[in-house]
Amino acid sequence: MLQFILKRLGLALLVAFTVSFISFSLLFLSGDPAAALAGETASGEDIEALRRLYGFDRPMLVQYGEWLFSALQGDFGESYYFRLPVASLIADRLSVTMTLGVCGITFALLTAVPLGVVAAIRPNSIIDRVALFISVAGQAMPSFWFGLILIVVFAIQLGWLPPSGTDTWRHFILPTVVLGYYAMPAIMRLTRAGMLDVLNSDYIRTARAKGANERRVLFRHALRNAIIPVVSLAAVQMGFMLGGSIVVESIFALHGAGYLAWESIARNDLPTVQALILIFSMFYIVFTFLADVLNAWLDPRMRSS
Amino acid sequence: MTEPLLSVRNLRLDIPTGGGTLHAVRGIDFDLNRGETLCIVGESGSGKSLTSLALMGLLGRSIKRNADRMTFDGIELTTASQGQMRKLRGARMSMIFQEPMTSLNPAYTIGDQLAEALLLHRKVSRPQARDRAIELLEKVGITAAESRLSQYPHQLSGGLRQRVMIAMALMCEPELIIADEPTTALDVTIQAQILRLLHDLGREMNMAVILITHDLGVVARVADKVAVMYAGELVETGPVGDIFNAPSHPYTRGLLRCIPLPGKTDRGAKLGTIPGIVPSLVGEVEGCVFRTRCPHAVAECRGDIPKREDGNHAFRCIFPDGKRQSEKELTV
Amino acid sequence: MATASTHDSLLDEITGPTPGQMLRKRIFGHQGLLIGAVVLIILTIIAILAPWIAPHDPYAQSLMTRMEPPVFMGGTWEHPLGTDHLGRDYLSRLIYGARISLLIGAVAALISGLIGTAMGVAAGYFGGKVDAVVTFLINVRLAMPVVLVALAVVAILGGSLQVVIMVLGLLLWDRFAVVMRASTMQVRRREYVAAAQVIGASTPRILLSEIMPNIANNLIVVVTLEMAHAILLEAALSFLGLGVQPPTPSWGLMVSEGKNMMLFEPWLVLIPGAVLFVLVLAINLMGDGLRDVTAPENRS
Repeated sequence: MLQFILKRLGLALLVAFTVSFISFSLLFLSGDPAAALAGETASGEDIEALRRLYGFDRPMLVQYGEWLFSALQGDFGESYYFRLPVASLIADRLSVTMTLGVCGITFALLTAVPLGVVAAIRPNSIIDRVALFISVAGQAMPSFWFGLILIVVFAIQLGWLPPSGTDTWRHFILPTVVLGYYAMPAIMRLTRAGMLDVLNSDYIRTARAKGANERRVLFRHALRNAIIPVVSLAAVQMGFMLGGSIVVESIFALHGAGYLAWESIARNDLPTVQALILIFSMFYIVFTFLADVLNAWLDPRMRSS
Repeated sequence: MTEPLLSVRNLRLDIPTGGGTLHAVRGIDFDLNRGETLCIVGESGSGKSLTSLALMGLLGRSIKRNADRMTFDGIELTTASQGQMRKLRGARMSMIFQEPMTSLNPAYTIGDQLAEALLLHRKVSRPQARDRAIELLEKVGITAAESRLSQYPHQLSGGLRQRVMIAMALMCEPELIIADEPTTALDVTIQAQILRLLHDLGREMNMAVILITHDLGVVARVADKVAVMYAGELVETGPVGDIFNAPSHPYTRGLLRCIPLPGKTDRGAKLGTIPGIVPSLVGEVEGCVFRTRCPHAVAECRGDIPKREDGNHAFRCIFPDGKRQSEKELTV
Repeated sequence: MATASTHDSLLDEITGPTPGQMLRKRIFGHQGLLIGAVVLIILTIIAILAPWIAPHDPYAQSLMTRMEPPVFMGGTWEHPLGTDHLGRDYLSRLIYGARISLLIGAVAALISGLIGTAMGVAAGYFGGKVDAVVTFLINVRLAMPVVLVALAVVAILGGSLQVVIMVLGLLLWDRFAVVMRASTMQVRRREYVAAAQVIGASTPRILLSEIMPNIANNLIVVVTLEMAHAILLEAALSFLGLGVQPPTPSWGLMVSEGKNMMLFEPWLVLIPGAVLFVLVLAINLMGDGLRDVTAPENRS
């Protein structure tokens, strides 16, 4: 097991570094960081001076190497815009994004799993069709549109919830729904398919033959097995949610890492963007890794192999 | 004479299909006394498994079950509520199935699943359940029982898993155990052991056993009573001695010809076959269901077939001996 | 006396329906597929005929007719859905917006399809090191936060139709690679591939004549899914201001432009989003339907 973990870890790190290298090159090939730093009114000489000062005239690999070395120690440089260490900038905002992500996936699980279970118990019934409809519609709806509609309906027309900001827990409700709904279809379908499959298994028949009641059969026996791939899927979806957070945070004016990403991109704040790309990809890698571990932990058959 | 533990009269099972109603089981009768072993014999699709599921109340929603009587220790099973059935299942009537490889839940340990069988019906503590599990694992011949408790099903072989299934079925000391082809999926060498085990346990615990099988050799070894099933009907029932020594129904005779019987079959003789295939059971079945394959069939086999009884031995045939002697032999 | 038609139907009875007939029956029996396809076709026709259907030039600004309400809010039929803050006819922009979405979706899907399929088939067919490299690249791509990277690149190169298409095309190949790789590996094991190799067929020939036809159905399904994905992504990018730039009439951009006036004129936000929803829904229905129809055993 340990060997398995180490090997996966090594591969994961390699992937992370490749991602950061690619994004570094992209940004490097972009514009001129010296020009961005110097500002619009700077002269050609000022820009040249800045370039030499920051070392932008050195070969890309050298610059990357330097950046990587610092990054590994937690130093991501200084933001061009804020003139503050990027690391602390991100650290401040990350809690908002993480909270949003956790709430989002929880919301998705709490709605999609029960829906999938019920749909599986009564296939082709009304509730099955409703679940299918929600799943298909959910995948087609643009998240920014959904967010705006929710704001119009709940915040403005009904006045139940605040439209933006992060002051109270109420502020997180709408963003959670917008972030979470995108993960619902896949989770629901997987739960439904898994339950349908499991409910036809022999060990369910055995459980009933032992005299277990339907609820016990459903939850302790069936769901316990069907949920295994769903948990992995949820972990992977969690990894994707960070990307989705950009849109959600900007619509609801939540000052998280996603919002920071958008701002930084718009301002050509390369160090921040660079760091965020690395961090987002690390999160994805961690979550997919977690998915594998959870899979092995929940399924005894995977453990011994 | 004491009341039989299990008494079934005119059990009928109908399955609605796209092309009409499939009459899977049509009016079977049998009794089973405490401590007796009944073997239900028949080919695949004869309805044997469905019958056992019907007894346990484990049929799917789409199958319609009807019977004049289906009593277990006086309790009428056809009208029993879900709650009543659940109290019986696993506690007083247990069942083990054909596929040991997939009949155990892969996510829980053997110990958990064994304990569950007991804890569902008796108010005992977990350690007590655990002890009983060990006791039963040993009874079914599993060594190092205590270490097995923390193992998972995938860590056990098919033979071991089936033994665990048997142990699980016995946790509450049931009065009846139904075994649906428990050894078909196992090695031949293990088969004999498992069947011996079932038989001995039945004797020891005064437990009635219904063993469903298509293997006549097995029947000869363990049965007290035999019921021969064909295409949803019981064509012949009786004590094991009668069935083997004086088989009356043409189908039973056909079956016995298919296997070599020590002492009866001559060396070098050809084993028999029963030509033809099982008829479709969709829609009404006229007369004797075996007539399409019976070497003695006559036109009258399309009509009502009388049940002929001689003590405990019963069979359905238009001929009193199950054989056509001449045209004049027809009696109603 | 048997006529030609009865003779044919007798023959049909003996030989049974052809695979083509069975496929056609499945296609027309599948509601989702039909609805999706019909809607998509309608929208495509609207997009193609835009210059003739749209009442006005979507780029024509007119400060005099700014912010006119739509017909159902007291406006005139001259501008059925009103005008935007620059006096441009809303309905015309909406119609031309279909062109943008469909164009981006189709071309991006095409580009990413080519890249992903090439990678996936190579990995599945050749295995070994090629597979290892491709799998690694897929993992790298999956680890990348797509929205973030897309935004960054567009910000660098400047937002425009071409840039957006290119960025999406270069980023969305992952599912193609994964699915084509799996399908190719499955097909590769089949005997007719071994047979072709034994008779000395060249690799390109085998790929084209044995492998491709058998993975084509999976390919079509993924094309539809990624097309929908590209359309949604472009809309999100444009909404955030880093996609297609004004004055190009992208639906995402229209939502963004409308959001400031959302309180008083909600249709400015509702309508473009709704048509996006309908388009993506149609494509998804079609994709799901195609999957069900070409391989019913894969139905989840």
